[in-house]
Order: sequence, then structure tokens, then C-alpha cells
Amino acid sequence: MESVEFSRYLTMLTLSVHVIYATLGVGVPIMIALAHWLGLKRKDEHYLLLAKRWARGYVITVAVGVVTGTAIALQLALLWPRFMEFAGQLVALPLFMETFAFFFEAIFLGIYLYTWDRFKNPMRHFYLLIPVVLGSAMSALFITSVNAFMNTPQGFTLVDGQLTNIQPLLAMFNPAMPTKVAHVLTSAYMTTAFVLAAIAAYHLMKGNKHAYHRKALALTMKVALIFSIATALVGDLSGKFLAEYQPEKLAAAEWHFETEGEAPLMLYGILTETNEVKYAIKIPYALSILVHSNPTGVVTGLNDIPEEYHPPYVIHYFFDIMVTIGIWLTFLSLVYWIALSRNWAFIQTRLFRFLLVTSGPLAMIAIEAGWWFTEVGRQPWIMRDFMKTAEGATNSPYVGWMFVAFAILYVILLIGTVVVLTRMFKNNPAERELERMETEQRSVAK
Amino acid sequence: MTVEILGISVLWLFLFGYVIVASIDFGAGFFNASTIVTKKHHIVNNVIQRYLSPVWEITNVFLVFFFVGMIGFFPSTAYYFGTVLLIPISISIILLALRGSYYAFGTYGTKGHKGYTLMYGVTGVLIPASLSTALIVSQGGFIRETSAGGIELDYVALFTSPFAWSIVLLSLVSVLFISASFLAYYSSVAEDYDALKLFKRYTWIWSFPTIITALGIIIEMRWHNPSHYQGLLSLWWVFALSFICFITSLWLLKKKRFGWSFILVVLQFALAFYGYGVSRYPYLLYPYITIYDGFTNETMAYALVTVFIFGLMLLIPSLYLVFKLFIMNKPYIKKGKA
Repeated sequence: MESVEFSRYLTMLTLSVHVIYATLGVGVPIMIALAHWLGLKRKDEHYLLLAKRWARGYVITVAVGVVTGTAIALQLALLWPRFMEFAGQLVALPLFMETFAFFFEAIFLGIYLYTWDRFKNPMRHFYLLIPVVLGSAMSALFITSVNAFMNTPQGFTLVDGQLTNIQPLLAMFNPAMPTKVAHVLTSAYMTTAFVLAAIAAYHLMKGNKHAYHRKALALTMKVALIFSIATALVGDLSGKFLAEYQPEKLAAAEWHFETEGEAPLMLYGILTETNEVKYAIKIPYALSILVHSNPTGVVTGLNDIPEEYHPPYVIHYFFDIMVTIGIWLTFLSLVYWIALSRNWAFIQTRLFRFLLVTSGPLAMIAIEAGWWFTEVGRQPWIMRDFMKTAEGATNSPYVGWMFVAFAILYVILLIGTVVVLTRMFKNNPAERELERMETEQRSVAK
Repeated sequence: MTVEILGISVLWLFLFGYVIVASIDFGAGFFNASTIVTKKHHIVNNVIQRYLSPVWEITNVFLVFFFVGMIGFFPSTAYYFGTVLLIPISISIILLALRGSYYAFGTYGTKGHKGYTLMYGVTGVLIPASLSTALIVSQGGFIRETSAGGIELDYVALFTSPFAWSIVLLSLVSVLFISASFLAYYSSVAEDYDALKLFKRYTWIWSFPTIITALGIIIEMRWHNPSHYQGLLSLWWVFALSFICFITSLWLLKKKRFGWSFILVVLQFALAFYGYGVSRYPYLLYPYITIYDGFTNETMAYALVTVFIFGLMLLIPSLYLVFKLFIMNKPYIKKGKA
């Protein structure tokens, strides 16, 4: 294998690990803020404890997120030196702003964690979360705009290999940016809500009947429903965006070869050697409707795009995984919400709770599949129309070794996270903490 | 002042900031682990824990700031340094990752785990060594051009160079010196006299090795990079001032003025650091990149400077808050509570 392939695999590995922590990093603050606010408003200890416990777990994921984020930031220069030399002149602005946003978030998170019960007015302590929520959303926005730029570069003119007429803001607010940022944010909030819901559902499934867990589940599932719908809406816009700006990516995702109207949507299936789609579920007109909101709209097919610019056809599966999980989770949270408001008992069965437990990991798989789809789907380009992935890569012969070293590192980090988090919460269950809080209050009252 | 010089000065400031805060952090980790071996851990543990807990992430961000800014202002550094430093910097990332995450695991998860403490100590010594390769390489003489037109790091030259090893040594001893000086001051604020006594001794122990290796490097520069050596000589008065700060800091340490002693240590390093930085002007990487030919376009440069100013307006008040709440808050330092 060549350095460029190893570089791709190592980048994929780092991103796949980092995105787990980054998704939680963006999503958890808003959940903490919601629980904290509900707790203060309803004077409910349960919600306050939820906020406290989520925040405690969050510190661990942030810590690992910081280091994997540092890894990907440095690896961009180590693995893609030519690309960074070129793109650095165009997208340094959002990269630089991201550091500021993160710094801002980290500072206030630190203060928030260490100042429970230190303010006379508890609302003041709550306000510390606002910069945390904003900072995490802004870092996501800035860094995603860099990724968007790689898909739809603009804001410069290339004359004889020389960059001229550079406009950093135009580069940052490129066509891919709005849908991409919105998709990253909504899906992060959605996924985090499902992950936290899965934890609550797990306790209930294990026979724990404490109101703390029931409240946690109801809260997280409602948020999950709202953001599932939001993600679906944004996803629809992303599809329309792709059709206009990156038709090859959409066509490859759909195995759509002939440019035609009344285009069907293909789900699953296999592709034969002669590029025939077999065993797929075919939804008539759906692709045309998705792209043009019109069943006869014409969708560009792969046959009208030079073959050297075709993304790998495997992205079809990544796309399917993402969409299937997205639809399933929207349906699941909708059912839960309806059943909850009508007091239907089946949501308390073991089976339904088991489904809820799987929702967290499933949502995370959808996030991974989504990133693989968008990154593999940009191939052969690292910067669409301007630089091929192979041109951007390092020629160092040692990338394979680095891949092994980092793979070991990430295994250690992932295992460490799981072990520490389970130990942290198992040794100090919510019920015991609630009891302790009550006795403390009683002793204060006396 | 040209925008190129403004850019490099800002970045140099960040790097200096990182050198100071990271030295305190790395050294604290080292003392924390080494005192387990020497059975003096109970003396230093409290002071070190209270300082480290709220600031560890902030340290890391300084580093990210520096290299993101470097690529922003001087994109061609991404090509040169990125290509040749794959292995040393990957090692640094792995060590930083283990250090950062296991610190969090140890502090917020399983408290008081010996393994975490040892890992924290060992990485604190290895990270400065691996990061300093970037500085060593920038001095020139370690990059080889390949037949295919690319560039690569000459590992044989690097590992057999006394100059390179001197810089590694300097990074290690100065980490311990800066850290001991700060922790002596921090223990004096905490009124923890046993820890103070110990850190005072550590400051003395590591002070002279620091100054001797630094002098050694200046002398070796004469053979390694004669033009840079001339640059250093022409700024002799800056290094002389730095030396005076060093002597004064030790005198203040003896007089039990720990805060001022630490400030003079910072000044000593600031003078040497800027003296060194100015003396290598205009080279970012001998002899390939200067701050002029490696510079980004003007539009981006002004955009970055603008963002930087706005960013500082946001960050300085927030950092002040952290400083007031945790680092220089007497009740917090003494009891772990604000």
C-alpha cells in the first residue's frame, strides 16, 4: 500500500474515533442545560441531579475529545502537508476561530463544574452553561465549514497555480456550509439525546423503578424526537444541495446511472459487475421527489459524469445505513411520545425498553456512516475540482507504522472511557446520591 | 512593523505561553510521580492536585493555538514540518493523548490510582523531548532532499548530533526548573511549609543545570549554524539581562520572596526566548522558509489578526475569572474550595 492509502485510513480512524467524542461534546451541554433549567424551574432535585451527573460524565468525554481533536488537527498537517499548505491560505480563518470557540467553552465548563453550590443565586451558576452551549455549537460550526469548503471550495481564483483574489469569508460561507453545519448540529443533538435515553432505559430495563430514571427517559426521548425530525428535514435539504453541487456524490449514493426524470430511490441491494442494481428496494419517483420535490424532476446519473470522478460505489451502503437508522429512530421516538402522552403500557415492557437501549449505539453508528458517506463520497478529491487526495498526501514511508500506533492508542482511550464511566456511575448510583441529598437537607432544616 | 513580523510575534508569544504553562504542568506531573518513589508524595500531593485540576485543558489549547496559527500565518510550514516531523510529532500526540485522558480518568474517575500517576509523570518528561524535535529541525541540517524531489528527516544525523541532544536536555531541565519555582510559590500561598521546603530545594537543584545547558547550546551553535551564532552574539545584551534575572531570582528565592522569584524566572525565560527568536530572524526553517516567503496572503493575514483581537477580548476576561476563582484564590488553594 502507498502512503496515500495509509494516510486515508489513519485519517478515517482518527475521525471515526473523534466523532464519537465530538458528537457528545456538542450535544451534551444542551442536555445539561435543559435538565438544569427544568430542575431550577420546577424545584425538582431529580433534574438537578441529572444535570450534575451528566456533567460529571461529560468531563471524561470532553477530555478524550480534546486529545483526539488535537490528534486530528496535527494529523491534517502530518498526513496531508500539501493540502494544508494550499488550503491553509484559504480556510485558516475558521480553523483559528474554532480554537477560540473551544477555548471559551473549556474555560466555562471548568468553572461550571467547580462551582456547584457556590453561588447565592443558583441561576447565576446556570448562566455559566450558556457559553458552554454556544462555544460547543460554534466549534462545530467553524470546523464543519472547513469540511464544507473541501466539498465546495470558493472564495479565491487560481491563476497558473497561484492563488489570487482570496476572500476568507466567502471561503467559509461556501455553498455546502449551511446544510452541513445544520446537519452536524441537529444530528449531534439527536444522537446525544438517544445515547442518554439509552442509559435511562437500561436502568429501567434492569428493573429499577426510580422516578429519576423515568424522568430522564421522558426528557431525553422528547428532545430526541424533536431533533430527529429536525435532522430529517435538514437531511432532505442536504440531498437537494448534493443534487445541485455534488451530483456525483448523490448519484453514487443512489447507484443512479442514467440521467432521467421519474427517478426511483434505491435502498440496499447489490451492484453487479455490469453496474446493474439487484435485490434493491425500489421506491418509484422518490429520488426525483427528494431532489426536486417533483416526481418528474431530472436527476443526473453517473453515466454523464467521467468515470475517473466517480466516488466509490460503496457509499451507497453508508448512505442507506444512515437513512435507515434515522427513520427508525424518528419512528421509535414518535411511538414513545404518543404512548407516553396516552399512558399506553407497552412502552414499559422489557422489549420496548430494550429497543430504547439500542437507540443510543444505533444513532452513533448513523453518525459514523454519515461521515464515511460524505468523506468517501468526495473521492477522488481532497478539495473538489482543485486537489486530488493523492496530491495532498505525505510521501513518508512510515505512515503504516503510525496507523498501528494510533490504533493501539485509540483502543486504550475507548476502553479507558468505558471502564471509567461505568465505574464512576456504578460506584455512586443516582438513588444513593438522592438519599444523601435528602438527609443533608433534613439536617439543614433542623 | 510589517504584518509578517506581527504574525510571528503573536505566535511566538503563544509558544512562550505554552512553554511556561506546559512546563509547570509537565514538571508537576514529574514531581508527583517521582515523590512516590522517594516516599515524599504525601508532602507535595495536595499542592499539585489543586493546581492541576482546573487548568489542564487550558494548557493543551495553547499548543493548538500555536500550530493552527502557524499554519494560518505561514502555510508553507505545514508542508515542510508536516512532512519531516511525522514520527516525532505523532509520538508527541500519542503521549499528550495518554496524558490528557488518563489525567481526567484518574482525577474524575478512579481517584488516586498509582498507574495513572506514574504515566502522568513519565509522559511529562517524554513530551518536551519529542516536541523539541520541531525546534531542533528548524535549526537546519537535519532535512535531506530525496531523489524523488521530496524531503525527509535525516534520523541518523538527528540522533548522533550533540546539538540536538543538548536541546532535548535543556527542555527537560528547564521544565523541572520552571515548575519547581512555580510550585514553591504556590505552596507558599497555600502556606504548606513542608511542600515549600521541598520545592525550594528542587528549584535550587535544577537551576544551574538549566543555565549550563543553555550556555552550552549557544556555544554549540557556533559549529551547527554559524550565521545564527552571529545573530545570537549581536544580541548578547539580551542574554546578559536574562542571566541577571536568573541570578536575581535565586537571590529572591533565598530571601523567601517566592512570587517575585518566579516572576523573574519567567522574565529570564522570556528574554532568552525572545532573544533566541529575534536572533534567527527571518528564518522559520533554515534554510528553506523565512517569514516572508512562507507568509500567507495579506487578506487572510488581516482576517486572522482581526479574529485574534476579538478572540482575546473574549478570552482575557474569562481567563481572569479562572485565575481569580482557582489559581490565585487563597481559600481554594488552601482547602480546595472557593
